[in-house]
Amino acid sequence: MDGLALLLSRIQFAFTISFHIIFPSFTIGLAAWLTVLEALHVATGRPLYRQVFEFWLKIFGVAFGLGVVTGIVMAFQFGTNWSALSRLTGPIQGPLLSYETFTAFYLEASFFGILLFGRSRVRPWFYLFSTGMVSLGTMLSAFWIMANNSWMQWPVGYALRDGVFVPSDWHKILFSPVLWVRFPHMLFASFITGAFCVAATGAWYVLRNEFGPEGRLMLRMGLYLAAVLVPLQLLFGHLTGDYVHDYQPTKFAAIEGRWHDEQPASEILIAIPDAARESNRYVLSVPVLGSLIGSLSLHSKEVGLTDFPREDRPPVAIPFFSFRIMVGCGLSLLFIAWSGAYLAHKNRLERTRALLWLTFLSFPLPFIATLTGWFTAEVGRQPWTIFGALRTAQAVTPTLTARSAFISLAVFGAIYALIFVFGTLFIYRLLRAGPAGRLALNAPDVLARRLVPLVDPSLAVRE
Amino acid sequence: MVLFWISVLAFSILLYVLLDGFDLGVGILFGLARSEYRRREMMRTVAPVWDGNETWLIVSGVVLWGAFPLVYATLFSAFYLPLIFMLAGLILRGVAFEFREKALHLRVVWGIAFSAGSLIAGFMQGVMVGALVEGLPLSHGDYAGGDFSWLTPFAVLCGVGLCLGYSLLGACWLVRKCTGETQSWAYRLIARLSLLLGLLLVVVFVLALALNLRVMGRWLERPYLFVFPVIGVVAAIVLAVSVRRHHVRAPGYAVAASFVAAFATFPITFWPYMVPFTITVDQAAAPHASLAFMFWGEGLFVLPLMLIYTIIGYRVFRGDGTNSSHH
Repeated sequence: MDGLALLLSRIQFAFTISFHIIFPSFTIGLAAWLTVLEALHVATGRPLYRQVFEFWLKIFGVAFGLGVVTGIVMAFQFGTNWSALSRLTGPIQGPLLSYETFTAFYLEASFFGILLFGRSRVRPWFYLFSTGMVSLGTMLSAFWIMANNSWMQWPVGYALRDGVFVPSDWHKILFSPVLWVRFPHMLFASFITGAFCVAATGAWYVLRNEFGPEGRLMLRMGLYLAAVLVPLQLLFGHLTGDYVHDYQPTKFAAIEGRWHDEQPASEILIAIPDAARESNRYVLSVPVLGSLIGSLSLHSKEVGLTDFPREDRPPVAIPFFSFRIMVGCGLSLLFIAWSGAYLAHKNRLERTRALLWLTFLSFPLPFIATLTGWFTAEVGRQPWTIFGALRTAQAVTPTLTARSAFISLAVFGAIYALIFVFGTLFIYRLLRAGPAGRLALNAPDVLARRLVPLVDPSLAVRE
Repeated sequence: MVLFWISVLAFSILLYVLLDGFDLGVGILFGLARSEYRRREMMRTVAPVWDGNETWLIVSGVVLWGAFPLVYATLFSAFYLPLIFMLAGLILRGVAFEFREKALHLRVVWGIAFSAGSLIAGFMQGVMVGALVEGLPLSHGDYAGGDFSWLTPFAVLCGVGLCLGYSLLGACWLVRKCTGETQSWAYRLIARLSLLLGLLLVVVFVLALALNLRVMGRWLERPYLFVFPVIGVVAAIVLAVSVRRHHVRAPGYAVAASFVAAFATFPITFWPYMVPFTITVDQAAAPHASLAFMFWGEGLFVLPLMLIYTIIGYRVFRGDGTNSSHH
């Protein structure tokens, strides 16, 4: 087995899946929000909801397309780069991911076509139904992905037969307690991402004094939603931490930067972990808090990394720092959501420019939090692919050459860079143009020859 | 159970080839269209359905993984580079639907991405089929060839052949969905493409004889396989007549029938092997617990639903598509 091919495969998987998750985490939240908007539109008949819906549908379209095409890569990559894993765990991971395709992708693909092109071809209730189906599809997809990943974090319900992971109890796999805290954690992350992107866009319009009614609607709906969801997310984040504490002590110790057993344990707020010396530099810590967080006790013993052989420890720096970045993002979002919701309630939000600026600039934070959360979960699981059962070095395709792995990494790097640049450019243009469809007015030749009313101002007028 | 899942796998691959086949074909032909109006018309005919069509590829991939993990692991790692190139092509053409629409100055770039991406994806699929038929170098279930040993003359011919076949499907789709100039252009394309494809099939056949492929022996052992080329010839005659009489739907059905006939030869020729002459269906099958879990949920309930969605999707966008934006 080629060590360089393994390293390149790991980089490639990390790169392609990090790139991919940006889009679903945004579209899961956005799809749910679009459903609410369309329901409000059907219920009240107010054109404002329709206008905001049409506007966000365009952005959803671009992000969803990027999510779909980068997702196909994932379905193949297990076989191309991780053939040993797919052969050995295929009897469990394969069915889980096939359920994702069967239950989610068809809902999404079929009904998304109707959302984009079918408004004039179906009845309003069916259009609303289609919106709900797309949203349901995105959530089902998240469920199966979390089921698969949670099994990799904490494998249950299997028996080993000649090294192959044979399912012995699907009930245990699907009702694993690990799955049922991590799935809501991911869903809330997506809803919060959607909420902050919407609120930030609203804040931008209010700051620019443009699209007043639409901007205020986005700002308020986004912030109110976030004010409820962010605290819930912190709760599920804590529950997720509990499972890590109980089931993955190596990951927990890495996140805490704890090298040696401590009783009662202190909580390190910030430090620079030094793996070579098995200790930390520049430590800022709070005594006893570590035991309180880990076991809800004032004198529990918390285990350190040196309890485990070196070859079973994860790299410390990545989980340690990404966890802190994630929590930092979460707390900042909580501050913005609560102060924003309070000011909105008092009708002072539009005048508090500092908070409008903060809200506007906050949109990268949920993405960063989601990515760093995943870095913590995945890097913290190392050196295992299936925690405690199959090492990453044994999971890679045994015949893969470094040359092939390098070519594929270069191909994905180039193509993803291209589609990322253009994808964000187009989303930026749509956002800048705003809900009134000014993009179309800026480019009359596009409008004149347009056959599909994606950016068609007449839609708004026809209302 | 094994039989059920091998049938679902075959069915989803066939559906993928037929459905994504026509929209990849439209993508390949897109490069030949000269006017912007025609290009938009072509893209519009596939825009609402391509995503659903491509999902059958993922279905094939995950069913293969879930039900036949050994084949999934062996084939996907053996076809490392062609799969990566195919994915690259599919990504480029997939984003082109949204990006070309929104581009102001670089529309030509996304037009090329759409066309070239479709061509690469179709070509790589054909190459992989060709290399599989020719025989993969395997030892102890692991790929034993080099990075590029899939790139043989026979595989390349198969790649070209599949691109021609997809273009033919695409042209039939255009005949059905377009009117006027574009429709007559598509009729002319059908005539040329089917001649080229016929010629290529003869070359492939001769090359297969010359290479003395093991698959040829199978045909002599199982002479009833010759039914399928006969179906192909009948379909070709129907195609010629229907194009001459300017039927709208018949050409598509004729080409689809010949695709089905060509596709059916694979399982019947190679049965009981899944990877020709090394891995059988039974060896590759996942344990019963996996197959049963998949069967009682997705096989029995969700699969019929998926077919219903697909049909709903095509019904909503039925007709010639000229009034897709305004009623």
